[in-house]
Amino acid sequence: MIGFLQNLIDAVSLGSIYALTALGIGLLFGILRLINFAHGDYITIGAYALIVPSADVTARLLIGDLPLVVMTPLICLIVVVAALLSDVLVFRPLRRASSPTLMIASFAVSYIIQNGVMMLYGARPKAVDLWSGANTQILIGDLRVPMLQLIILVVTLVLMTALTLFLRKTPYGIQMRAAAEDFRMATYLGVRGNLVIGLAFAISGILAAAVSLLYTTQSGSLSHTMGLPLALFAFVAVVVGGMGSLVGAVVGGFTIGIIVTMLQAYLPPELRAFRDAFAFAFVILVLLVRPAGLVPSRTSFERV
Amino acid sequence: MGALLTVDDVHVRYGDLVALREVSLTVAQGEVVCVIGPNGAGKSTLLAAVAGGVAPWRGSIRFGDAEVVGLRPELVARQGLSLVPEGRHIFGTLTVDENLRIGGFIHKGRAEAKADHERLLELFPRLRERLNFPAGRLSGGEQQMLAVARAVMTRPRLLLVDEPSLGLAPRIVDQIYEILLDLRRREGLTLIINEQSSNRILKHADRIYVLRGGRIQLEGRAADLADGEAIRSAYFGFGSPATLEGVAP
Repeated sequence: MIGFLQNLIDAVSLGSIYALTALGIGLLFGILRLINFAHGDYITIGAYALIVPSADVTARLLIGDLPLVVMTPLICLIVVVAALLSDVLVFRPLRRASSPTLMIASFAVSYIIQNGVMMLYGARPKAVDLWSGANTQILIGDLRVPMLQLIILVVTLVLMTALTLFLRKTPYGIQMRAAAEDFRMATYLGVRGNLVIGLAFAISGILAAAVSLLYTTQSGSLSHTMGLPLALFAFVAVVVGGMGSLVGAVVGGFTIGIIVTMLQAYLPPELRAFRDAFAFAFVILVLLVRPAGLVPSRTSFERV
Repeated sequence: MGALLTVDDVHVRYGDLVALREVSLTVAQGEVVCVIGPNGAGKSTLLAAVAGGVAPWRGSIRFGDAEVVGLRPELVARQGLSLVPEGRHIFGTLTVDENLRIGGFIHKGRAEAKADHERLLELFPRLRERLNFPAGRLSGGEQQMLAVARAVMTRPRLLLVDEPSLGLAPRIVDQIYEILLDLRRREGLTLIINEQSSNRILKHADRIYVLRGGRIQLEGRAADLADGEAIRSAYFGFGSPATLEGVAP
């Protein structure tokens, strides 16, 4: 029982990371119909911004050495700028392009960022010790919970609540939801299209920055391809949850986190190497049963 | 001439398909102008072009003192021109209240928007009852009322209404026309209304344009066209049913 609970905590913490990443991807998909594979690379940018640019194997902290209250906004700012730049330079000129074209453009952005990071920092993975205190274990009953996992969960809940309040209560949030449902109609009512899209990129940048910090603290290593698996699993989470639904993105993120962790824990050792194959097989099963995802996005329906 | 809207020699193409050709039309301040024509005549394209949703291939569209061809829809809307599109396009997952507020965000003054909101709810008591409902759960007639109210929240000088009667029961259509004409009286709105049939509109419109095959076939004062004969022949193309649907080459 304790073992299972321990695994569940791991699962929820991994699920949180996927959910935050999936929210960033889901938000842009909702408004632009863009499946942004470069989202993972925004995370990479945030992580590398922590260290001094050099090709050395051991990373020296730069922004990562600053106090938390300075470091966090600074990393957010850098990632937001990167996200906005990718919009202005790449996605804005493609506004009228089809969804597949946008997705391929996002692959291009992804490669450009990865190669840029490789040129500046070298291709070898680096070890980085952002916050060694984070692995202190807290005893809850018989459970040993690493403090970092609690922090990840709390940060995720705070960000999800903040995003929900923003979308429900503020004028820009309401305009964003309207644009996600019917972009053209929103602009007919005077909603500034590029502003709302820019805002969505900025928010997905903040979500990516949060993942940068949490994930780097947890993994203790950096690589120029570190964002790829995150973006891939988050994309799968978005599909499993239901394309176009933010609640679905979160549900999907946690589902994928739980599946991956539980397979890792309970598959027979000789099969563990194939964990991801099992995970994706499960995803296919989910989609066979619920093709529109776990939380299908509510489409507007006309009534007479 | 105090023309509020001047459409001059506008052509619109979708790829190889020509949807509008040589369309010219003027609307004076305070007028109710109706564009009628069969399905596929280019009526919706005309309104979308005026509202900035479709870029004309040629021609000019002046609204007030400004050229609006090439402006994005949000900028056209900010000049005081609002479109209620065919099919209503309400935001079904947003509440009725949020749908209305979207229209009011154009204006800086919160107090103004609030006053507009309140005034429109006086006009549409049905909407007040359902303020916190998801708009997708409204009936078709209520959705059409919401679409009109939402457009009026942007404080337009010119309101474009695309087929307000589409798919609605005649009784509801009467209500919607009553409201549109009431808005014209109260707010000094100028209206362009698209319809497929002329019966109802002859009573309400000041002037009528008949559009078929992407061209204006007939223009006149509603009073002069009241017997309907000229409209019928323009609409059907000299009574020959063969040209009813097609876009003339």
